[in-house]
Amino acid sequence: MKFRTFTRHLREGSKNIFRNGWMTVASIGAVTTTLILVGVFLAIVFNLNEFAKNIESDVEIKVLVDLTTEEEDVLALGEQVKQVEGVENVYFSSNDEELQNLIESFGEEGRAWQLFEQDNPLNHAYIIQAEDPQETERIALEIAEFDHVYDVNYGQEVVDKLFRFNNYARIVGLVLIAALVLTAVFLISNTIKITIIARSTEIGIQKLVGATNWFIRWPFFVEGLLLGVLGSIIPIAVVLIGYNYVYENVANQINIGFVELLPFNPFAWYLALVILLIGATIGVWGSVMSVRKFLHV
Amino acid sequence: MILMEDVHKVYPNGVTALNGINVEIKQGEFVFIVGQSGAGKSTFIKLMYREEKPTKGKIIINDIDLNQMKESRVPYLRRQIGVIFQDFKLLPKLTVYENVAYALEVIEESPRMIRSRVMEVLEEVGLKNKARMLPAELSGGEQQRVSIARAIVNRPKIVIADEPTGNLDPETSWGIMRTFEEINDKGTTIIMATHSKEIVDSFKKRVIAIEDGVIVRDEQRGEYGYEI
Ligand SMILES: Nc1ncnc2c1ncn2[C@@H]1O[C@H](COP(=O)(O)OP(=O)(O)O)[C@@H](O)[C@H]1O
Ligand SMILES: [Mg+2]
Repeated sequence: MKFRTFTRHLREGSKNIFRNGWMTVASIGAVTTTLILVGVFLAIVFNLNEFAKNIESDVEIKVLVDLTTEEEDVLALGEQVKQVEGVENVYFSSNDEELQNLIESFGEEGRAWQLFEQDNPLNHAYIIQAEDPQETERIALEIAEFDHVYDVNYGQEVVDKLFRFNNYARIVGLVLIAALVLTAVFLISNTIKITIIARSTEIGIQKLVGATNWFIRWPFFVEGLLLGVLGSIIPIAVVLIGYNYVYENVANQINIGFVELLPFNPFAWYLALVILLIGATIGVWGSVMSVRKFLHV
Repeated sequence: MILMEDVHKVYPNGVTALNGINVEIKQGEFVFIVGQSGAGKSTFIKLMYREEKPTKGKIIINDIDLNQMKESRVPYLRRQIGVIFQDFKLLPKLTVYENVAYALEVIEESPRMIRSRVMEVLEEVGLKNKARMLPAELSGGEQQRVSIARAIVNRPKIVIADEPTGNLDPETSWGIMRTFEEINDKGTTIIMATHSKEIVDSFKKRVIAIEDGVIVRDEQRGEYGYEI
């Protein structure tokens, strides 16, 4: 395609945007609504995913040793645990250390527990980390069968719940977004259909004098693309400003270990790019549909 | 050169418009197509620029076998054929100049070439001083000249016209015919469907008469041959 033809298509496509008035506004509005929801949804899902991953990588297995176990059996258990497949490292936490941790975790009120320092009721513990967090449950169950093991605790349940919630949110979000995307595509294809019908005489004459099909199609693709891209401006602004606000203000307030938002840079920028790409795709998709159906070239 | 062998056209609604057409038209000929309304003249013309496809039979235009031609080549076929209609088919919002230039823009000619060629053609059809007017500001005859200018602007080898004088008064029609003759003198094939006995009889060109989708008469230096 020659450059002047390219600019001609851009010009024609943009003119159509203005010619179609309210239909243009409606399609851009639909794209905007869709993309705002897509943006919010993606931000939530990606962050939840990140939380889940953070927790998961923090997951430890705590093996409590029977109170009555002889010291050499305690050591033997430690060796046995190290041999289990998938175990990355094993840390021995004596009952004194366990008590100390307990006291610290309660802060001021922890003082009460100091009474137990003379007669420690806690178990010795092995703290294990799995090579692959997904293996945590298998390893825990295996170790639970060993002699001298009083109990095995691991945080898998929390992780499972979070992942399950995340999956659920993803499905609901995807269904919602698919419906919105289709609506936006439909509105765009209708808008372009109006252009095509309004210009049918012109298209007929173009064909008569030997315009190629691509020459005829291009302005409509440009129109669709522009509708999609224009529709992504507000959503991008919303995502950038909104995420920045949440990141700066909310994220610092809550400080629960794993709840750490993905940093604004680069995450919000990626999100903006994704929104732009989805907008452009919706636009081109809409125009392809109407061009195929209504432009018999 | 145009060649048709045993060409049939049945429209999807079942109407048989052409029923075995055999014809050869050499480069540079001037041919009138005559026949009653509904005889199949327009269909015959539409097959040549691939507005319609034959249901059966062979069509060759300037060495292109239309049956073997890829769909994507249709625009290139049409660039070799100028088409003119009874109702002009001009774009109402474009000026005379723009209407003619349009045919060159869609084939991606350079702006400089477009400018000089369009003025040249407008001069040829006698509309150089009306280049900036809109079609609605022109008489019927002038509008038809614009559409002729558009048809010949990219120098097609063949010009086909479907009742080009059908909407014009006799005086104006003669002017249009003189223009066709001038185009034909330069070597362009002219094929024209018409109902005008006066025109056909006075021009003494080749006449092909179609009735019920078949050629019933094909004479060099022929006459209209129907009573009106
Ligand atoms: N697009 C079409 N679909 C169905 N029938 C058609 C179509 N075009 C023409 N016909 C029929 O084909 C026959 C020939 O028509 P046409 O070629 O237009 O004749 P003419 O130009 O000689 O008047 C007529 O019976 C007409 O009704
Ligand atoms: Mg006709």
